[in-house]
Amino acid sequence: MNMAMSVSNTGERRSQQNTRPACNTTSFQKKSRSKLVSIPGTRPSVQNGQLIVSTGVTSLDYVIGGGLAVGTLLLVEEDKYDSYSRMLLKYFLAEGVVCGHHVFLGSARDPPDEIMQDLPAPILDDIPSNAVNMGQVTACDSEDQGSMKIAWRYQNLPKVQTALASSSRFGHYYDASKTMARELREAVKCSTFFLPHELPAESHAEPSPISEAYRLLLRSIQELIRQEGFDGTAPQKSRNILRIGLHSLGSPLWADDICCEEKPTQASSLTSFLYGLRALLRSSLCTCMVTVPSHLIQNRAIMDRVTRLCDTAIALESFRGSERETNPLYKDYHGLLHVKQTPHLNCLVCEAPDTKDLAFKLKRKQFSIEENGFDDYNDDNLVGRTLGPCSLPAWEELTAALKGIFYNMAHRC
Amino acid sequence: MMLPDLGSLLGFSTEKIEKGDFILLSDRNADASFLINHFLSLYLRAGCKVCFLGLVQSFSHYSAVALRLGVNLVQAREQGQLVFLEGLKDSVGQLLQQGPDSEAYPMGFLRGSQTDLRSLFRFVQRSVGGAGEWSPSILLVDDLSVLLSLGVSVEAILDFSHYCRTTVCHQLQGNMVMLVRVGEDEDDEEGPELLLKALTHQCSLALSIQGLPTGYCRDIHGQVEVRWKERGPGAAGPGGALAQKKLLQYKVHDKGVSFFARGTSSAVL
Repeated sequence: MNMAMSVSNTGERRSQQNTRPACNTTSFQKKSRSKLVSIPGTRPSVQNGQLIVSTGVTSLDYVIGGGLAVGTLLLVEEDKYDSYSRMLLKYFLAEGVVCGHHVFLGSARDPPDEIMQDLPAPILDDIPSNAVNMGQVTACDSEDQGSMKIAWRYQNLPKVQTALASSSRFGHYYDASKTMARELREAVKCSTFFLPHELPAESHAEPSPISEAYRLLLRSIQELIRQEGFDGTAPQKSRNILRIGLHSLGSPLWADDICCEEKPTQASSLTSFLYGLRALLRSSLCTCMVTVPSHLIQNRAIMDRVTRLCDTAIALESFRGSERETNPLYKDYHGLLHVKQTPHLNCLVCEAPDTKDLAFKLKRKQFSIEENGFDDYNDDNLVGRTLGPCSLPAWEELTAALKGIFYNMAHRC
Repeated sequence: MMLPDLGSLLGFSTEKIEKGDFILLSDRNADASFLINHFLSLYLRAGCKVCFLGLVQSFSHYSAVALRLGVNLVQAREQGQLVFLEGLKDSVGQLLQQGPDSEAYPMGFLRGSQTDLRSLFRFVQRSVGGAGEWSPSILLVDDLSVLLSLGVSVEAILDFSHYCRTTVCHQLQGNMVMLVRVGEDEDDEEGPELLLKALTHQCSLALSIQGLPTGYCRDIHGQVEVRWKERGPGAAGPGGALAQKKLLQYKVHDKGVSFFARGTSSAVL
């Protein structure tokens, strides 16, 4: 693990966007360690050596600490109209297709096939040839030794676009205005779960902390993991990652009432499901993104519990329809992105971002996330921007003093 | 070396372990799981028999963290010093109601047919009992509030903690450490707050972790409030109120945690 990091990660920026060091043009072959599972589309994290995958959005990868660790769960709290969170889910699934992962999509509202047909098209001509990290054969090592070196950059690009399934690059860019070609999509295995088709008309509800709908979904995921060997039973050579995308969990269409009631009758249904999902993820080569319409959940305690049962949690707050949409300070952005939680996996300390104050913008070829640069002028945006470590008594004394002043003033009038 | 920091903060040492203590860890808007890992390594080093209910993470996670703190969980488990319940492992089978229904499964409450945590308590009883070369017996729970997320009622959890306390702290003269995580809203009358209040009343030492009230800071991860009940002959006051109190700030490192008085963090000085 150390060898991998020192060889390929010296001088590498966390954003994974620049080229790898010059050593990839030599014939040096890194000795692949037996512990390192070299699955396309994954790499060990720089911070802690965990195996990570890209979320499909390179700026989001950077924000959550390099990527999404295999075996963990990413929670995305939906924006009000579910426009940007749905886009993130599509990027996540598209990344799975491009990397050749097995994709699982569960939804209750939109048929999964519709979502899959609407994935953004990957931008292919941006991909440089760099494969040393995965221990794959580089351009120089192939039998084309005698061919022209000028064109080496294009040698690894497949002649036909459809053969992209084993792309070894970490993190791709997508064109949001085009949809992914059908051949590309059909080259990977895709499993779906559409609740209206799975839920029986009559349900014999035994008392259980988890509802029928979530139980069926959990069983479906468990069966898929067992059948395809994601729990480690598959032979080493053919190991792959399972990407699970679950749309709008907790919404009433999942037969859940946490979005309708303040004291729901099935308060622990979604959380029990997430617990079971965590158990499945921790013991298999899977990674999962879940979107939840948190703005509909009225009981704050439930949302806290949901967040704690996920590993990484972000929330999207779009400006659309709010007064911020016309505010000139926000004109460069589509909304705010809050990092609610980052996981600490196999270590004590979690990856703390520099700032939790981020804004996003969905451009045609990129979903960009940037640091919020205008809170100096905006009074109600001080949350997240550190005020520096204040010691508590000083603050209390100050407020007590202020209260005293106002009290005196009020009584003198 | 950070571990003596926590030990010296609390007056603990590996040579001398207090008996009959119920330590309550809680966090609000922060993550107190580093504390439970510290206690685990502290007690294992002191040669105690430890029963750990790891309900939220896999065994390999705790093992990796413990290695950084200098303790080998795999070895401890093999030697019989550590009894570890990996809650996640059996949970899916129970949630999906696969396999036979029996009280032998500690996570059997997930089936829904049981309304209390009897099977979990029986597991604890089996694990901490039996005098051996390791003593005293310690029970660690990470964490108690996840049981609320799994549909267990507050009463059942309080019953469970009461039974455990009677067994571990009074009968076996061991210690019990439990972690409870609550949300941001203090007025919320939901389960976690109720649970926290009831357990705070019963415990002998309470450590509450909170985020900084002034916002997020990269160099200070939060503040910890330590409250002791007084021990000794003069301690039997009305209700046995938690007497001593200390408020400190902390920062979690890769191999430990450092505590410092407020305003003295390296970010300021």
